[in-house]
Amino acid sequence: MIPSCSKTRNPFTGEEANAVGVKVEGLSKKYDNATVLKNVSFEVQPGEIFVIMGPSGSGKSVLLRQIAGLDSPTSGTVTVDGGDPSLEATRERVRLALVFQAGALFNSLSVYDNLALYPREHRSGDENAIKTKVMHALKILSVEDAANKFPSELSGGMKKRVSIARALVMEPQLLLYDEPTSELDPVMSATISEIIATLKQEYSVTSVVVTHDRALALTISNRVGILMAGKLVTLGTPDDLNKSKDPRIVDFLNPKIDIEHPRFKKLETHDKETQ
Amino acid sequence: MKQLNAILEGVGSVVQLMVRALSYAGTLPRQSARFIEQCYMIGYTTLPIVAILSFFIGTVLALEAGYAMEGFGGKEYIGSLVGLSMARELGPMMTAVLLAGRVGSAITAELASMKVYQEVDALTTMNIPVAKILVLPRLAAVIVMMPVLIIIANIVGWFGGSVVARYVSYVGISPETYFAALRHFTKFKDVVNGMEKAEVFGFVVVLVCCDIGLNTRGGPREIGAAVTRGVVVSLILILVLDYFVTKVLQ
Repeated sequence: MIPSCSKTRNPFTGEEANAVGVKVEGLSKKYDNATVLKNVSFEVQPGEIFVIMGPSGSGKSVLLRQIAGLDSPTSGTVTVDGGDPSLEATRERVRLALVFQAGALFNSLSVYDNLALYPREHRSGDENAIKTKVMHALKILSVEDAANKFPSELSGGMKKRVSIARALVMEPQLLLYDEPTSELDPVMSATISEIIATLKQEYSVTSVVVTHDRALALTISNRVGILMAGKLVTLGTPDDLNKSKDPRIVDFLNPKIDIEHPRFKKLETHDKETQ
Repeated sequence: MKQLNAILEGVGSVVQLMVRALSYAGTLPRQSARFIEQCYMIGYTTLPIVAILSFFIGTVLALEAGYAMEGFGGKEYIGSLVGLSMARELGPMMTAVLLAGRVGSAITAELASMKVYQEVDALTTMNIPVAKILVLPRLAAVIVMMPVLIIIANIVGWFGGSVVARYVSYVGISPETYFAALRHFTKFKDVVNGMEKAEVFGFVVVLVCCDIGLNTRGGPREIGAAVTRGVVVSLILILVLDYFVTKVLQ
């Protein structure tokens, strides 16, 4: 069910702001001769958790970069709250944060300074106010002990949490996650999923999550889109996906390990037949 | 044709970066910590190698001049030759070459790895202009530190020449004679010309290395390639600019 909530609540001040939606229309992206995204269209409602799933190399991260405004489309449009996310004017109007797959923490800065960079640069409060905000964000993610550490001293799970904390300090209206549970153990993956759900429940932030994590997608999302070879092949609620009879969706969500007839052998046979 | 396009694209990219960085000049007072850090990196850490190189350039100049002038009795002019050569040409050029090798390579490597490991993308999503916090403090620091490096390079080079003039037997002129000739022929204008040259070289080296670093795509291998490209392009630009700046300043 798409949430009716259209207000985000600032995790630091409790103030309400308009949640933002995302609209992707006829989006295609080509790199040299390779078409990575093919006419992708969907809409994310304000306050919704929208998950994009798909096999490796299907264009999920490229799609997320387009929504973040880090890359421009070959054709089609992406709008965040009605504005082009690659424009500085939109970025000034809409607070958009991206949690990168590898964290993208600034290696030369401590965890505290990583989080304090945004409020310092945007002059949102004096140093005491910034300290309160940074420590609060670290506490929400249970990584306050890491404040004085450098990114190179953190484990994978801590890096992810610090990365989410850094995004949270930006008081985002739209939070984008790129594979937030990749390379994590099952318990840590569940923890990150709980954090994403909590941020949505408590602050009603619009979230777009790119993931392979079936449990995350089917447990905490409002809707899931499945991207295959650059095309959005299905879009629905977790229930819709569970009931789907489409063999591609069934195989993707519940892949069986068939030792008698392994997939790679089928691919080899297919390749020989087509040659 | 492709190469010409690539060169023109590169020039366009560098000019755009310069304009963007300079448009944030008003924010420099608030970036004093970054500016001081870059002054330390560009100035203080480069100083020892500049001093060593300048000393030996001065000594070699004096040796060669002594050898050449021995035949026609012009040894008392060695000071003028070392003084003018260091101030007008060798001081600025060799300092810029060292800057390209030491600072330029470090800047390219740092910014290229920030780009490859998505730190630059993170800044973009935070709406923090890269030109403001990564490029402007470096440009400001090189503008401030280059004259300091040049003055030290000149003084150490002149001193190196005087050591050879005094202690190498076939040169054998007194420090008084050496420095008298140096003072007589090397004018304040020559030193200032050298500094102006160095400012141009330093600014271009830092700007080009920032641009190459920020345009790096790929992985660790591309970071290495970017560093090489940054240093090579800087060295070529130093030599090409040397001719034109010398022509303009004459």
